[in-house]
Amino acid sequence: MPELREIYQEVILDHNKNPRNRRCPPEANRIAVGHNPLCGDKITLYLLVEDGVIRDVGYEGSGCAISTASASMMSEAVKGKTVEEAEALFCRFHALMMACPQGAENGRRVELGKLRAFAGVREFPIRVKCATLAWHTLEAALKNSGETVSTETGSE
Amino acid sequence: MSNAALEMEAAIRVEAPPFDVAKVRADFPILRRRVYGKPLVYLDNAATTQKPRRVIEAITRFYEEECSNVHRGVHWLSQRATDRYEGARETVRRFLHAAEAREIVFTRGATESINLVANAYGRAHVGRDDEVLITAMEHHSNIVPWQILCEEKGARLRVAPIDNRGDLVLDEFKNLLSHRTKLVAVVHVSNALGPVNPVKAVVEMAHARGIPVLIDGAQAVPHLHLDVRALDCDFYVFSGHKIYGPTGIGALYGKAALLERMPPYQGGGDMILSVTFEKTLYNTIPYKFEAGTPDIAGAIGLGAALDYVESIGLPNIAMHERDLMSYATHALLGVPGLRIIGQAREKAGALSFTLDCAHPHDIGTIVDQEGVAIRTGHHCAQPVMERYGVPATARASFAMYNTREDVDALVQALHKVVELFG
Ligand SMILES: Cc1ncc(COP(=O)(O)O)c(C=O)c1O
Repeated sequence: MPELREIYQEVILDHNKNPRNRRCPPEANRIAVGHNPLCGDKITLYLLVEDGVIRDVGYEGSGCAISTASASMMSEAVKGKTVEEAEALFCRFHALMMACPQGAENGRRVELGKLRAFAGVREFPIRVKCATLAWHTLEAALKNSGETVSTETGSE
Repeated sequence: MSNAALEMEAAIRVEAPPFDVAKVRADFPILRRRVYGKPLVYLDNAATTQKPRRVIEAITRFYEEECSNVHRGVHWLSQRATDRYEGARETVRRFLHAAEAREIVFTRGATESINLVANAYGRAHVGRDDEVLITAMEHHSNIVPWQILCEEKGARLRVAPIDNRGDLVLDEFKNLLSHRTKLVAVVHVSNALGPVNPVKAVVEMAHARGIPVLIDGAQAVPHLHLDVRALDCDFYVFSGHKIYGPTGIGALYGKAALLERMPPYQGGGDMILSVTFEKTLYNTIPYKFEAGTPDIAGAIGLGAALDYVESIGLPNIAMHERDLMSYATHALLGVPGLRIIGQAREKAGALSFTLDCAHPHDIGTIVDQEGVAIRTGHHCAQPVMERYGVPATARASFAMYNTREDVDALVQALHKVVELFG
């Protein structure tokens, strides 16, 4: 039986209660929207990217504890990183959530650090989409694709 | 006590056997199972109900002893299967108090029934600048088929508002009826918030202008006594799986005169009398709307489910669920930071709520660990969620086999949520 403490780790509860970087940086030059309509999670992500470096990051929106904490911790993790490093981190995180060695290999150059706390979410498969929403939104913002992303499929 | 309640009590005294929830529970094999080592507390009945042994056995018996196609063979088995299938249609007729069995069309469920009416009736009667009128509390399945129709025809979808409590605003509804309105489609009981709509008044208002009315009864039939003739609605739709029957089967009730004038919905076998490449003669109703081999076992299972509900007695079920609803309302309000969404005058079956400290999705995951199954999300009613300014809610919905202990288990689990997030 999966344990609640594994999904709701202290660091996750903390970031849910006090989300970091929740704001709209005035000079942002990239934006993307992530929306999981079934659970009602929504995030608008703003990046300031200059010379291939993510100089600032912020977001607005609302969602469950997992998606809120994920957005908050993602914002801390990528701030100051190069776009390549952020992409690599996305791969690592994705690999962590999907238990996929290929992704881990691709993201080998970066460290997950605190983000490892999300490993417990894997035991709750239907919550994985909550943890990955902010990251897929980051990917969309970096690509500047202009599409609203979702990590949900299927119906109610 | 209201008149309706008095009548119901009187009805119980006259017809129904005493209600014994322990005995009812024993009829549902799944209620014995455990989840994460804890007894299953199933409070997601608005999504689908569990099935009594009688339904499971009826389906098994069909496949073990009676399996054959219907309406097609001269052989004994086919005759037998046809009798069973048509017997189920008669059971549905009796349950809805329809005049004739040919007014009952078997479909995959409420959704397909609505699509059938939108396609067959709607496409023939709704034209440019016409209007279809629905309410702000519809399930997506009673919104999207009309949107598709209106888009195709250049017609307009109008939406009657609900007030802050979650009740339909009848005056506004009436004002929205006009010579342009070609069809009214209204939910009987809303799945998101649980209010019971004044469908009788809705039908009268629409009929005063000669407008036909479809009622979405998906959440009503498990909880309320229904008489489509007394209600005088033109179409009534429901799903078997929400009333203790199997998934994949449901029904459309339509007044014979209307069904007869409607063009077919899908083409294929069974819905025709004769086919040549030049011309096809359509079968009579209801077969005109049942193209292809139907879900025979499903229909038989649905018949068994309705028989079961009748044997328990809907007045008994309604009384028991009303007690659960009021017990749950009080118990839930004892949880710190809990807000009940939708305070309609009359509710059936479902309680929607939010917690200050936790998102519905987190509530769902945590109470699940306690073996308590509830629904979280937008309940296929995003416009309702928007109306109340919440992205999602948690919803507990009741069936005849639920108990006050089930409610206690939910409340205890919610206290765990508050502990973790509060
Ligand atoms: C009010 C209402 N209408 C229609 C439906 C659609 O039912 P089905 O998915 O069985 O077709 C539902 C199911 O949730 C419902 O609650």
